[in-house]
Amino acid sequence: MLKLFQAQAVAKEPLGELVRADGQPQAQKRRTSSERDKIVRRIFVAAGLFSLVIMGLIVLFLFKEGVGLFATVSVSDFLFGQFWYPTYDPADFGILPLILGSVAVTVVSSAIAVPLGVGTALYLGEVAGHRTREILKPVVELLAGLPSVVLGFVGMVVLAPLLQEWWDIPTGLNIFNASLMLALMAIPTIASISEDALHAVPQELVDASLALGATRLETLSRVVVPGALSGIGTAVILGMSRAMGETMVVLMVAGGAAQIPGSIFDSVRPLPATIAAEMGETPFGSEHYHALFAIGIVLFLLTLGFNLVAAWVSNRFHQKGAATL
Amino acid sequence: MNHNGNTIIEVRDLDFFYGDFQALSNIAMEIERNRVTALIGPSGCGKSTFLRLLNRMNELIPGTRVKGQVLFDGVDLYAPGVDPVEVRRRVGMVFQKPNPFPKTIYNNVAYGPRLHGKKERAELDGVVERSLKASALWDEVKDILHQSALGLSGGQQQRLCIARAIAMSPEVLLMDEPTSALDPIATSRIEELIKQLKEDYTVIIVTHNMQQAARVSDETAFFYLGRLVEMGPTEGLFTRPQKEQTEDYITGRFG
Repeated sequence: MLKLFQAQAVAKEPLGELVRADGQPQAQKRRTSSERDKIVRRIFVAAGLFSLVIMGLIVLFLFKEGVGLFATVSVSDFLFGQFWYPTYDPADFGILPLILGSVAVTVVSSAIAVPLGVGTALYLGEVAGHRTREILKPVVELLAGLPSVVLGFVGMVVLAPLLQEWWDIPTGLNIFNASLMLALMAIPTIASISEDALHAVPQELVDASLALGATRLETLSRVVVPGALSGIGTAVILGMSRAMGETMVVLMVAGGAAQIPGSIFDSVRPLPATIAAEMGETPFGSEHYHALFAIGIVLFLLTLGFNLVAAWVSNRFHQKGAATL
Repeated sequence: MNHNGNTIIEVRDLDFFYGDFQALSNIAMEIERNRVTALIGPSGCGKSTFLRLLNRMNELIPGTRVKGQVLFDGVDLYAPGVDPVEVRRRVGMVFQKPNPFPKTIYNNVAYGPRLHGKKERAELDGVVERSLKASALWDEVKDILHQSALGLSGGQQQRLCIARAIAMSPEVLLMDEPTSALDPIATSRIEELIKQLKEDYTVIIVTHNMQQAARVSDETAFFYLGRLVEMGPTEGLFTRPQKEQTEDYITGRFG
């Protein structure tokens, strides 16, 4: 039925063109190619909608399984409760220690990864020669592909005993160790995106600055870095969001103690590690099961927040690039 | 060429190489103070390369090499110990495509003076106003000084770039096809401006447009295949060229 309508429409309109006299063969040609455009556009719309629908269903499922908890536990007891004893009787479902654990490893790892990542980008983009850059940049990006379980393994087997020995602390599996490993994961992300941003600053602006008698350093600090600021900001936030959502490393090296941390050498149990560690041993449909999904909601909202901030930063400080005529 | 002691730039035996490719051979030229000198020639003849040698912008391209001398007030710009940054402060440049910084109009003009160490607001205000007046842009932008320079039209942006170069109080102003990206009206405004600028500056302009060279310049140099073929007063060069190649080019037989 629908096809029939389209066929009629196609058959009708060229007639209209004919009446309009000259130039009609060209108009006819444009019709067929615009038909084709329409089909291609529909395919893209379908592909785009597909992933959107799947995303929506996942979020729906997360919320459906998670909100069950709030029949028995209030939202504020859940978010601000200081004790996470999900298997005790009566059980405690306070995730404040878990949230603080996540915040602690994210903050400490960012403090390590941001200067190193941005420094790497500045080196790659502005100091290293063309050849060095062509070799080093793929290497840095390759680091981003390192499986997190390998990093976790290194943290557990190599770094943890060393930390324990050097500083004479009860365990090497703590915030500091996990943050170092997370920083190693975030540095390539931060460096690569920041470098792209530095590289995207138009050469004409660099030339303009140098021609005005600015030194390389002055050009870097007054033209290149300000021009790349939105990209660098986005890179930093995406790096942090990666550290926040990362599971395997924190599961292996953060120590797993659900306590509110007092120092960076305390063990913690970040949100994703909690879900990963406990989901396998939780009876389906139990309070504990729902609590883990509720943690998933919290994590989802946190990373969503990070990504929204990243998008906002990249819009807010977006420059229009080179002069446009 | 007259030698009345008013030479600001003297080029001697200049060769320039991009890697193995020799882009300029054996250039000798004298450029006089407070005059407009036009460099003309077909694409790839080396005129822009030559222009960029006068403020040492070519050395930013890796693999380039210079032989010979460029004497600026008697000092060789390529002598060891000469700071390219200092050279560029005295020899300003305006590029082919308007390239204002994505900053406010005010901050574009104040960029150079700030590098010099001028920080006081009143002093900067004065420099910005003088430079914008000298580039005939002041009346159009005096009420929007703190808006982005990217909101200006192409012709206004190019005049802003001229103001930005003037704000450094350079002695020489290099212009690399400054109107090639502009419409005819904006072009004629810039040409008017060039004629005024020679009161205070020495202007060297690369142009593809021979009418433009004839309109704005006092001296014209014709480049072909990396060599300086002929140079002389503009009127003479266009009406009685001495070399056949020059005549062929200006009469439109090639190029």
